[in-house]
Amino acid sequence: MTDQLYQDRIVALAKARTGAGKLSDPTKSARRDNPLCGDRVVVDVRLDGEGRILEFAHQVRGCLLCQASASALSAVAVGRDAAGVEALRHDAERALGREAGEPHEPFDAFKPVQNHKSRHECVLLPFEALRDALT
Amino acid sequence: MSFDVAAVRRQFPILSVVVDGRPVHYLDNGASAQTPDAVLDAVRVYETTGRANVLRGVHRLAERATEAYENARAEVAAFLGVPEMEVVFTGGCTAAINLVAYSYGSLLKPGDRILVSELEHHSNIVPWQMLRQRAGIELDFAPVTVDGRIDLDALPRLLTPRTKLVSVAHVSNVTGSLVDVRAVVTLARTVGAKVMLDGAQRAPHGPLDLPALGIDFYVFAGHKAYGPNGIGALWARAELLEAMPPFHGGGSMIGRVTKAETTWAPPPRRFEAGTPPIGPAIGLGAACKWMRALDWTDAHAHEMALVERLMGGLQKIDGAQLFGPASLQNRYPVVSFTLDGVHPHDVAQTLDSFGVAVRAGHHCAQPLMDRFDLDGTTRVSIAPYNDKTDIDALLTGVEHAARTLR
Repeated sequence: MTDQLYQDRIVALAKARTGAGKLSDPTKSARRDNPLCGDRVVVDVRLDGEGRILEFAHQVRGCLLCQASASALSAVAVGRDAAGVEALRHDAERALGREAGEPHEPFDAFKPVQNHKSRHECVLLPFEALRDALT
Repeated sequence: MSFDVAAVRRQFPILSVVVDGRPVHYLDNGASAQTPDAVLDAVRVYETTGRANVLRGVHRLAERATEAYENARAEVAAFLGVPEMEVVFTGGCTAAINLVAYSYGSLLKPGDRILVSELEHHSNIVPWQMLRQRAGIELDFAPVTVDGRIDLDALPRLLTPRTKLVSVAHVSNVTGSLVDVRAVVTLARTVGAKVMLDGAQRAPHGPLDLPALGIDFYVFAGHKAYGPNGIGALWARAELLEAMPPFHGGGSMIGRVTKAETTWAPPPRRFEAGTPPIGPAIGLGAACKWMRALDWTDAHAHEMALVERLMGGLQKIDGAQLFGPASLQNRYPVVSFTLDGVHPHDVAQTLDSFGVAVRAGHHCAQPLMDRFDLDGTTRVSIAPYNDKTDIDALLTGVEHAARTLR
């Protein structure tokens, strides 16, 4: 048995469900589906006048990796604008080995996903939804 | 039961391959089955001793290729119990349904109706939706019962004099349920509708007698029936094929081409435009021959004994729930389940770490998932070469997922 993918940090992030739920009065919402696996993410954001995230919430109907990613994103998204969220995405891409460089907390937790290319989209789906909400 | 599974396994080279230090427990046959030596050899013989284009050449290799290609058609026909001129080679099962949707569909009028079910694979939904957009037909969906069968009680109210075709899965690719073909045909005939069966999940489990089923169209895929990729077959009654216009235009499907017009070749060539997938067709012929040589009474009993072992094992795992028929009757060895609190992809990924290959997700059956408000299921699909060690490895993996991922 070699299930190196589901390491404790990823499972803990998913179970923490940080930011899971809805916002009562979101500035914007966006939904993204992964047509290949059926995973679905809805994100709500409340923004200030300059496009910075004041509040972030997500609803994930998807796998543990997608839940963990949304949870990690939720922990660090507040205070960032679209460019700031893109910087986080680069960190996630680095964790997945899609970009050069060392990823930082919390997305370094996803390094075990590097060799499971079919699961990269699971990690990136919350970023796609958030990108839609911010543009 | 005298089924010699070890003897069957020896015919499939991939089953002795070790991946990352362990054998593969291949239980994803519903997505793509493995291929026996008989098929690999047939394709290799064509590629190394008879490779040429078919139909048009007069040289010896071309004649060899043509003979092998048409022999393959005869093998497929024998497997289906039909005349070989009623068998059309296609690029796959999806391609075969699209052919019917286009060619038979072009005979329909706005307001005509086609009836499918909620448990269909997308390949038996989307081509009809495209026809609806193109030609103004209407599409109806038969509901599904809580145990994952097409609710035939609903058919009388859904069938109308405008219903021209009932197209349903012979065996569900999610629940494994076998449709009551006799009942479907009897009901369809009350309004004069034709019947098509999507045989993708039934064909891999033994020869058929299509005339006895009383249907009009049958489609299946080569790669799910121990054959190569890129090949499938459509069977239709001769008079239907004769009435249908071609799907694709090009070489081979013509009678005569002038600058003004083109006449069509008779079926099946009318529906095989261009150079066909010759090697894959020869491989499919070999797969059909291989299936016909197997004792399916024993093979099916073996498959269903594995289903029983699987279902019994899953029932002992906390949170594992079967999705589909609970009984072994009128079903084939495709079994879906969910595990409370664990997404199907995570179940499948965990199983992979135990060397077990399954499919997880919506199985290209999103309307069925919507009907039951499911994110997806984990699907185990069994072939005659599977054995108890495959099922036991799977159950160990599911127990592990239940213990560690929630």
